[in-house]
Amino acid sequence: MSATAIVDAERVTVDRWPQGGRRAAVACLVVLAGLAVLPFAASGWMVDKLTMLFVFMLLAAMWNLLAGYAGVVSVGQQAFFGVAAYFALRAVAGGMPPYAALLAGAVGAAAVAWVMSFFLLRLKDGEFAIATWVVAEALRILVMLDPMVQGETGTSLIALNNVEPQLRRNLGYWFALVSLATAGIAAFVLVRRRVGSAAQAIRDDDEAAAAVGVRVFVTRQAIFVLAAFGCGLAGVAWLASAITFLPRTHFGVQWTVFMLFMVLVGGLRSFEGPFVGALLLFALQELAGDFGAWYLAGLGAVAILFALYLPDGLWGWVRARAGWTFLPTGVRISVRRASDPPTQT
Amino acid sequence: MIDAAIQGLLLGGYYAILAAGLSLMFGVMRFINLAHGDLAVAGAYGVLFGVLTLGLPVWAAVLAMLPLMAALGWLLQRWLFARALRAGFLLPLLVTFGLGAVLQNGLYGVFGSDTLSLGNHIGALSWASWTLPGGVVVGQLPALTFLLALAVLGGLQCLLSRTRLGRAIRATATDAEAAQLCGVDAGRVHRAAGAIAVSLAGLAGALLAMRALVNPYAGPAQLITAFEAVVIGGIGSLWGTLAGGIVLGVAQSLGALVTPQGFDLAGHAAFLLVLVARLAGARRFQLGKPALRTYLKWRRA
Amino acid sequence: MSAPLEVGDLSARHGGLHAVRGVSLRLHAAEAVALVGANGAGKSTLLRTLAGTHPAATGRVLLQGVDVTSRAAHERVRMGLALVPEGRRLFGDMTVRENLLVAGENGRRGPWTLAAVLDALPALRPLAGLPAQALSGGQRQAVAIGRALMANPEVLLIDEVSLGLSPLAVQTVYDSLSALRQHGATTLLLVEQDLDRALAFADRVLCMREGAIVLEGDAKELSRDAITQAYFGLESSEAAA
Repeated sequence: MSATAIVDAERVTVDRWPQGGRRAAVACLVVLAGLAVLPFAASGWMVDKLTMLFVFMLLAAMWNLLAGYAGVVSVGQQAFFGVAAYFALRAVAGGMPPYAALLAGAVGAAAVAWVMSFFLLRLKDGEFAIATWVVAEALRILVMLDPMVQGETGTSLIALNNVEPQLRRNLGYWFALVSLATAGIAAFVLVRRRVGSAAQAIRDDDEAAAAVGVRVFVTRQAIFVLAAFGCGLAGVAWLASAITFLPRTHFGVQWTVFMLFMVLVGGLRSFEGPFVGALLLFALQELAGDFGAWYLAGLGAVAILFALYLPDGLWGWVRARAGWTFLPTGVRISVRRASDPPTQT
Repeated sequence: MIDAAIQGLLLGGYYAILAAGLSLMFGVMRFINLAHGDLAVAGAYGVLFGVLTLGLPVWAAVLAMLPLMAALGWLLQRWLFARALRAGFLLPLLVTFGLGAVLQNGLYGVFGSDTLSLGNHIGALSWASWTLPGGVVVGQLPALTFLLALAVLGGLQCLLSRTRLGRAIRATATDAEAAQLCGVDAGRVHRAAGAIAVSLAGLAGALLAMRALVNPYAGPAQLITAFEAVVIGGIGSLWGTLAGGIVLGVAQSLGALVTPQGFDLAGHAAFLLVLVARLAGARRFQLGKPALRTYLKWRRA
Repeated sequence: MSAPLEVGDLSARHGGLHAVRGVSLRLHAAEAVALVGANGAGKSTLLRTLAGTHPAATGRVLLQGVDVTSRAAHERVRMGLALVPEGRRLFGDMTVRENLLVAGENGRRGPWTLAAVLDALPALRPLAGLPAQALSGGQRQAVAIGRALMANPEVLLIDEVSLGLSPLAVQTVYDSLSALRQHGATTLLLVEQDLDRALAFADRVLCMREGAIVLEGDAKELSRDAITQAYFGLESSEAAA
């Protein structure tokens, strides 16, 4: 049979939920529901830890969206992590209720990303990467100029101190969980729809993509803004949990090191991979976080090794070996041979 | 204000040395080594180790460090960068970023958080100055650094235009496959370029240790500065890197007159302005195509 | 005395396709062989596989009896195999002289020095200091051939000798190649689209179609019809009028 054949449309079925994908999606929703009620049953310590895990997962998912799906390597996402927290603090100082301010902060980060995208997205590869870093540094300096921030000393989300500790902890937990769920679902939907295919086409060959009508810039911009919004949510979630805002920490490049590790080790270009990576990072933080600098050096080394030798990460390796897919991000197209009887649909 | 401008000019010399290695790697291998600043800091710590722990005189420590850094560059290219380059554009960025993280935290693990400097070991050089006619005061160390920059860039230019290796480097940078067809071992050329680039980074690190305090996390700031200098001066042009460094240095020094943070801010602003101007001028608004790639000709330096 | 170039059942892929399928050939010392075939027949891929810039899937390439199949391109140059690639691929920003020097310094030692090449290609002498990108098509082809000569090859492969050149330039190139043949013992394998030129210049002709060699014979003995049929894969003996 030759490689190209005209196929009757009736014989083609497009399956968007292959291999038990429906079951996987339902399972995820069940897990989310379980997590939502967890604070009523679990200890405060667990709630805090899980909040941190959600933040990691959110960051990983966003970075993967950029690098794995849109082919855009940003080493400056901490800009949005930090600037969202800053805007939140400013909003609170301006009189907004704290949790609304957190959301406003993330929206503010997305707005900054939108403005910058017109200029940043014209750059390519390495130039773009460093430019994002420069922007992060520039934003940090600007933020530190604000007297409210008090330079290196930073400030705190004092308004939250008025909330009773357990409630505050739980609210922070739910905020992070909802952020993660929303961003995760948005990313999932995005990837499955045309924007996702468009993005992958751009990632693979932007000229070819444009030639088949993909609106390259708008697609990239949409993903860039969404990723910034997600990182902003992570930043304010962190702020709600930690209460204090230290510019060097919030705008620090270690967040990018973490994102890099999570995505590379978990699996670039797969939807589930970053979540695996986040779990792993979280576990490592708990076990080895005390080792300080050597720990971070180790993370970097492991990320390099994965990049060179196992570029699809742990999940990609598992996926290739065992043939699993968990959440369906692609489609399976089956063509009935002319000799097959028609199926009941 | 004139003093600040002169200071900025001389600072440009230091930036040129810092950026030369980055520019060379980008020109020959077409990737940006995000660990370049960290390699410079590693070189600085190498010299500091030699002077403070081993008790060597500064000049000896520097001379010992340079070939060690060259060897490091050779090996990094061989084991790390060459592999990463084969896999596309994403991987070199990720791998060099990871390398930077390893270097920073490794240096911290070995040397701790103490900021160190060579300031006490270079005698009068760290504070002495000359007074030029017209009452302009010029620091001796910055002036000598600037002269060294001229020598280094001149040396690089000679290497590239007059020597066999230089021709091989330029040929490989232009068209690696065609160079192979002329008998040039492209892998070897890349390793040589890596060795030179990292060695230059080490030299910049040594100079940094002389003029300032060094801490293990100083790498990224150096990288950003080097990159800004390269971009302002025009990617691919060796003397352009000096020009870019000077513009950056002057902008920073003038910015510092306004407010202490103005130093960094003015530098970033100058960089972003040049970038915007270039993009607007190139008028490449479709396809996300790299406007900066149009400047990617490795001109006869 | 081994053949300067011998190829045994060579195959190469281009993406998912077999661009070269089971090619075997043998060049005799100092002969000139023309390789003809339609676009996409695999001629360029074959030359690139011989030169080492394209990986061979199966088969062997022997240079002077030595198996070079797994050797890198630059090693093959040093062993006496040079390719003038399709599109010439000169180093545009470097001068003509520098282009020649790169090959001279990294190829084999031998009678072809810078002076000798400029003597053989006198049109290049006034251009020696100009950047290669400033030259015309014919001049670039001359530089490309000169550059390959600087590596002192035993076997010289030239991909698309006359492509994109004016008739006058093509004549000049072939005059130089004829002079070259009288000069020494270089073995030539040329890819040439112009059948008449190929038959006039070469000793033997090989015709490729869909990756395989479908016809080979002495240039003087093969009829144009036979070649055309092989070229296009016409089964019937009726040639178009």
